[in-house]
Amino acid sequence: MSRVALEHVDKTYPNGFVAARDLSLEAADGELLVLVGPSGSGKSTVLRLMAGLERVSDGVIRIGERDVTDLPPQQRDIAMVFQNYALYPHMTVRENLGFGLSIRKQPRAIIEDRVRTVAASLGLEALLDRKPAQLSGGQRQRVALGRAIVREPLAFLFDEPLSNLDAQLRVETRVELSRLHRKLGATMVYVTHDQSEALTLGDRIAVLKEGVLQQIASPMKLYEEPANKFVAGFIGSPGMNFFEGVLTRIGTGGVCTFQGADFTIRVPCESGTNGRVILGIRPQHLEITDDSARGDGVVRAEVGVVEPMGNEQIVYVTLPNGERAVAIAPVQPRITAGEKVSIRVRPEGIHIFDAGSGRRMAR
Amino acid sequence: MTSVRAAEARAKRKKAAGIQWGSWLFAAALIVLLLFTLFPFYWAIVASLTPEAALFRDPSLWPQQIIADHYRALFVDRDFITPIRNSLVVAGTTTIFCLCVGTLAAYALARLEFKGKAAIMGFILAVTMFPQISIVSPLYLLLRSLHLIDTYPGLIMPYMTFAMPLTVWVLTGSIRQIPRDLEEAAHVDGATRRQSFTKILLPLAVPSLVTTGILTFIYCWNEFLFALSFTLGPERQTVPVAIALFRGQYQVPWGEILAAAVVATAPVAAMVLVFQRRIVQGLTAGAVKG
Repeated sequence: MSRVALEHVDKTYPNGFVAARDLSLEAADGELLVLVGPSGSGKSTVLRLMAGLERVSDGVIRIGERDVTDLPPQQRDIAMVFQNYALYPHMTVRENLGFGLSIRKQPRAIIEDRVRTVAASLGLEALLDRKPAQLSGGQRQRVALGRAIVREPLAFLFDEPLSNLDAQLRVETRVELSRLHRKLGATMVYVTHDQSEALTLGDRIAVLKEGVLQQIASPMKLYEEPANKFVAGFIGSPGMNFFEGVLTRIGTGGVCTFQGADFTIRVPCESGTNGRVILGIRPQHLEITDDSARGDGVVRAEVGVVEPMGNEQIVYVTLPNGERAVAIAPVQPRITAGEKVSIRVRPEGIHIFDAGSGRRMAR
Repeated sequence: MTSVRAAEARAKRKKAAGIQWGSWLFAAALIVLLLFTLFPFYWAIVASLTPEAALFRDPSLWPQQIIADHYRALFVDRDFITPIRNSLVVAGTTTIFCLCVGTLAAYALARLEFKGKAAIMGFILAVTMFPQISIVSPLYLLLRSLHLIDTYPGLIMPYMTFAMPLTVWVLTGSIRQIPRDLEEAAHVDGATRRQSFTKILLPLAVPSLVTTGILTFIYCWNEFLFALSFTLGPERQTVPVAIALFRGQYQVPWGEILAAAVVATAPVAAMVLVFQRRIVQGLTAGAVKG
């Protein structure tokens, strides 16, 4: 059993910066947990706390069943892949891969054997006698990965390992990582600021903002039921549209009307939900129709920019009151910049958030 | 197709010609610079091989008659071995000591968090700011009361007052440039602090250690004022002092002085040549990021 868990962890730096506030989260045994958030959200700090490179200000860290809060990194038996790979420049690939084992005084034959096995599985055999300086970015990335795997640690920590790769290699390596996780069945914690990486890799995703956990859930749950406006806006690309407005209950049938600046729409709602809210809707749920359309949830708009994506087009529009929105439309009919259109808010895609706290109220 | 290829080839030739002109110019500039810097050495060597009389009668750029008299005089008439030995002992010990202590101090200053770091760095630098001449007399009194006048420690300890700050400052700078990630990766891999220091940081710092060592050594090798003030007789005199004391009351034995200068420069030049590969290697070693 090698879960990694934080329990009520606080981390405040001497300069007063709070990187983690009463943070509790857990990567279950064999799970790939992704920590995601904008820069300054404390996600890298959380990883460094797990690794033991930083000390917690308060709280407990467990790896397996062991309390490792006060243990230095070398006694935690975890492996970490750094953003810039941190390969030892004065050692060959072979020595880099074997470093963790040789420092633990493993017999030479075992080191040799394990290094060879891992090098073979990552396609590094031909590079074993090279120095890191003689490798390409992708190769260095694989060596960094191999160095973590060789040791067969309790858990793996990844600190934005793909951010230094070019776009194509990044997608390939992402798939490879996913495969690796399934093959090893190891507990992994993966930090990224890229929400698409998070959605594709994670068994579960923890969204952080300013050191506070916003939501921890499966990718689909996160996408479909974001706990608050921040998560809703951060997950998904292009981001969710938000409109401010007022929610008013009609009768007792659990139906409300949302009255925004430019449009009105009926939405299902719970009792007691009245007042100022924010309506969120993903670009996929904004339908572009011709200018003549009128009715519930329809608003007129002018097209600003159109980004053709091949299988769809991303349309940036401006509403009459100046609010902006993004819609994803099928390739046909073609939409051109400057065109006057109507957009229809599809009721099944609506999220309602409290205007004050940003918390999710209903769908 | 063919015409395009021909045009390309022409363009390439033109470009190549341009590059050639540039490299010729560069080579010429290098040669001029080299002549300028190497001439004094050349002149010293030539003069040290020329008879004293010829040196003043008609000095020529090309040695007319080569003799080894001056060198023979150095080692037969005078005892030039002793000053060389003294210099080697004093400069060598100072360098080794500075590197050992300096590396540890620099590691602490570059990597550890503690209060008053900036103040310590400033203080270390301030030590070197006293003009040497102003501390000669107090140092003399101090060394005399410790019975260290005319001893090796009596030179090594004062030398460290200026060599150590140099070492600490240079090494702190170069250790700071070694990415912290490397040591952190080593920690996660299972290394203790000491292991990450000896197995990761130290090997990466070798080029700067060598460079700093050479600088310190040369500094101590050439030091004159302390060596003159804190030694009494030929037993403990270093090379620069010995050479300075060559001149008699009525004549200056230029030939011998220059021969001694050549002999004194040789070990330093040899050392730099030996370590040169390491220095260059250090400068071109692979970076971390790709």
